[in-house]
Amino acid sequence: MSNSIEELAGTDFLLVTGSNTTEAHPVISLRMKRAVKNGAKLVVVDPRKIELTKWATRHVQIKVGTDIPFYNAVANVIVNEGLYDPEFVEHRTEGFDAFARHVQMYTPEYSAKICGVTPEEIIETAREFAAAAPKASICYTLGITEHSCGSHNVQSLGNLGLLCGTLGVPNAGVNPLRGQNNVQGAGDAGCIPTDLPGYQKVERPGIREQFEEAWGESLPKRRGITKITAMEQMIKGRVKAVYVMGENTIVSDPHANHAEHALRSVDFLVVQDIFLTETAQLADVVLPAGAFAESDGTFANSERRVQRVRPAVAPPGEAKTDVEILLTLFERMGKPQGMKTATDVFNEMRSVTPIYGGISHERLERDGGIQWPCGDEDDPGTEYLHGDEFSTGFPGFFAPVDHIPPAEEPDDEYPWMLTTGRRRSTYHTGTQTGQASGFQLLVPHEMLEINPRDAEEMGLQDGDLLDVASRRGQVTVATRLTERSPRGLVFMSFAFPEFTRTNDVTSDAYDFITETPEFKACAVKISKSARQDEEFKQAQRRIRLAGEVKQPTELMPGMNGRNGHGHS
Amino acid sequence: MTTSSSKTRSNGRTKWLDLRVNGVAVQCADGGRVLDAVRDAGFEVPTLCYDERLGAQGTCRMCLVEVEVNGRVEQVASCTAFAEEGMDVATHTDEMRSYRKTLLEMLLSEMASPNNNPYSNKVGPTEFDRAVEEYEAKWDALPHLRPRVKAEHDENPFIQRDYDYCIACYRCTNICNDWEQAAAITVDGRGQDSSIFTFFGNELIDSPCTFCGQCINTCPTGALTDRKVVSQDISAEDVDRTQSVCPYCGVGCGIEILTHDGEIIGAEPDFTAASRGSLCVKGQFASWEFVRSEDRLRHPLIKQPGGTFRKASWDEALDLVSSKFKDAIADEGPDSVVCWASARVVTEANYLMQKFARVAVGTNNIDNCSRT
Repeated sequence: MSNSIEELAGTDFLLVTGSNTTEAHPVISLRMKRAVKNGAKLVVVDPRKIELTKWATRHVQIKVGTDIPFYNAVANVIVNEGLYDPEFVEHRTEGFDAFARHVQMYTPEYSAKICGVTPEEIIETAREFAAAAPKASICYTLGITEHSCGSHNVQSLGNLGLLCGTLGVPNAGVNPLRGQNNVQGAGDAGCIPTDLPGYQKVERPGIREQFEEAWGESLPKRRGITKITAMEQMIKGRVKAVYVMGENTIVSDPHANHAEHALRSVDFLVVQDIFLTETAQLADVVLPAGAFAESDGTFANSERRVQRVRPAVAPPGEAKTDVEILLTLFERMGKPQGMKTATDVFNEMRSVTPIYGGISHERLERDGGIQWPCGDEDDPGTEYLHGDEFSTGFPGFFAPVDHIPPAEEPDDEYPWMLTTGRRRSTYHTGTQTGQASGFQLLVPHEMLEINPRDAEEMGLQDGDLLDVASRRGQVTVATRLTERSPRGLVFMSFAFPEFTRTNDVTSDAYDFITETPEFKACAVKISKSARQDEEFKQAQRRIRLAGEVKQPTELMPGMNGRNGHGHS
Repeated sequence: MTTSSSKTRSNGRTKWLDLRVNGVAVQCADGGRVLDAVRDAGFEVPTLCYDERLGAQGTCRMCLVEVEVNGRVEQVASCTAFAEEGMDVATHTDEMRSYRKTLLEMLLSEMASPNNNPYSNKVGPTEFDRAVEEYEAKWDALPHLRPRVKAEHDENPFIQRDYDYCIACYRCTNICNDWEQAAAITVDGRGQDSSIFTFFGNELIDSPCTFCGQCINTCPTGALTDRKVVSQDISAEDVDRTQSVCPYCGVGCGIEILTHDGEIIGAEPDFTAASRGSLCVKGQFASWEFVRSEDRLRHPLIKQPGGTFRKASWDEALDLVSSKFKDAIADEGPDSVVCWASARVVTEANYLMQKFARVAVGTNNIDNCSRT
């Protein structure tokens, strides 16, 4: 995030897009709700009627994969009505004139047709955003990035920040809400094929040499390959050995059959994890690791805050922490590191990572979490980025991006659009929430969320088992009628792989710059499964999806109620 | 209700007021409350209806203090009264102490069996317990009133409700309605008849409750408790706490991991972290059972011909791993090896993983699941 979580509560305008915040980031949604209570406007741009829309001033229900025409049209209004910040544009950005010409074709009327909304919704959103700027926050997450045009989606949002000067000031920003507890830290630490620790580019002159000197080793010159490319190379036989730490790849990755095929193709697979996950079962060697509560170190959260993680218990049996395992493996490879503890490792990392320079375990113990960049011990850390200049050192470049539809759209054979995401009480592939007692009451199994009118036309009821098939695979799943889904769009999470491996179905397309998979859009067909099971119907009656409110008739004892799928 | 802004002190334009609390000089930001000055001066008064994340209510009256300013002497609720320049605050005069004791005894008179609270000893001395002890309040000092209406039978696996111990402070309803804005619980009735209810008196699972557990964590008495923790029947004094961070999403809420005898038994929010005591259903109720799961891996495993695993020693497993990596590097070059780090493990392990790829293997083929 360019800005901080707490700052959201103090903003005047929130644009939340591609983020089911109350379910995927419940505690961030509290600050959004607080902002609304304090008088801020909230515009939710999302194909689904997610729970957060209950707090929204406006819910703009665009079609899946039409983000760019929507935000280009918002920019069109801001440019043509002269609502942008001329001073910010002049001093902090480049490419305004070309961008202003580029968005001319994206009139509100033109984009409204593509997005399935009204021109007024675009115009009003633009005016409100510009009026509140610079105290206007944009928040997005995987609904924006998990598209084959994901990086362009992000740029279309960035353009709005550049136009109205909502970068480098408090209560503003263009804020990606990060999905996993330490996805930020993994990037910070240099687990990126193009970047050494601290986002220092492998191929930028001088960077590699600095690390060679610090580490006393010669280092590879060329950038490495991403996961998506690596899986292709595995199938082609060019990758021989793979080391996977803490990731259930064949369940979490799209087009899961492909991921499984890739990992089965390599000569030697090592998986280091806390459970014998579906991915670990494919391994030649499984290394038992410590869980978070057994580990010493740090996590970095979505707002770049580095926080201390402390061991509360010992790993079970002979399991060891990831740090211990890796340090031992260095020795076996003939490269002993001379480090013993997580604190030793952190100290080395901060010595080669300028954005972590002023952070130490000791300081975190004393002062609590610190937000990077933090250059030295006297630096309090950074609540919001891009203050006087952009952290890249360059001006902000406007990106003239164009509409790219999802790689796969519904057709006669596969007439439904499937989008995937999370639910509040399950997490990712379910390896952790699946172990929590009582959670099966909240969400007992995977569900295909479908609009009640669509379901009626197909003769479907809550709990009916369905076969959902795409060009890549098929899964069986229980039906859930809900107004959260607009007509034609169905939704699933991926937290119940033992029965419903959602990612067998999802798309194999990915963004051509970041190689982020298109989890948010694929075409499927739906049919009633030959297998029907009363258990699913029973379980379905008690579930309440986020944002759904039961009707009084369902709640009053002794009254004849409908079965549990009321809507808000 | 408004958020308290009295703690905001980073602004250079803040005007500071000089006060004295029990003779100790203290500064308080203009617009701050007397309670802030009391705490900054190092004193403590019970605040049974106060949660710093919510606006002050001033209903429990336990934080009453005596203030003298410009020659006038008053008794004010320190959570609601604004600090004033030159204010002299007395927190523990005989009158204040006696007043608090009486208030506590009035609350005790509404309770069925304060000394037998079956949860209190499991969740530790609660704020209420500590106040009763400090002010030596007696359960039988006043005639007993009819106990509060009990909650409906509610067997949800997360939140235990026992309104025998409710003191009608309304912190739970305020945190639910004002902070979470979930609107699952509300106050029903008035005065002695007031009780905490879900709408239509239903079980929580049929209410809009998200089971975030914030009502449990703000409850000052143990009327609301974490069923998963208290059902383990472990005395609070045998519980250790370790500050850490929730293992789920990227918000990174602070948690305290509860352990007993080397085993993890629960989690609570860490109120000192940037998340200010917030957690969701996963952090509160799903952040620890998986750690002690029977399904955890306990030994290195090596796959045998035929596809089954056998247990192996660390030496054997790591020898095999390093020799296979060395073979691949020798035969096909370092770029034939791929390492994937994890968005779930500590940054230190991720740093080592990328260094392992680059230094021990000699490839930049290092990635993580930030795309997936």
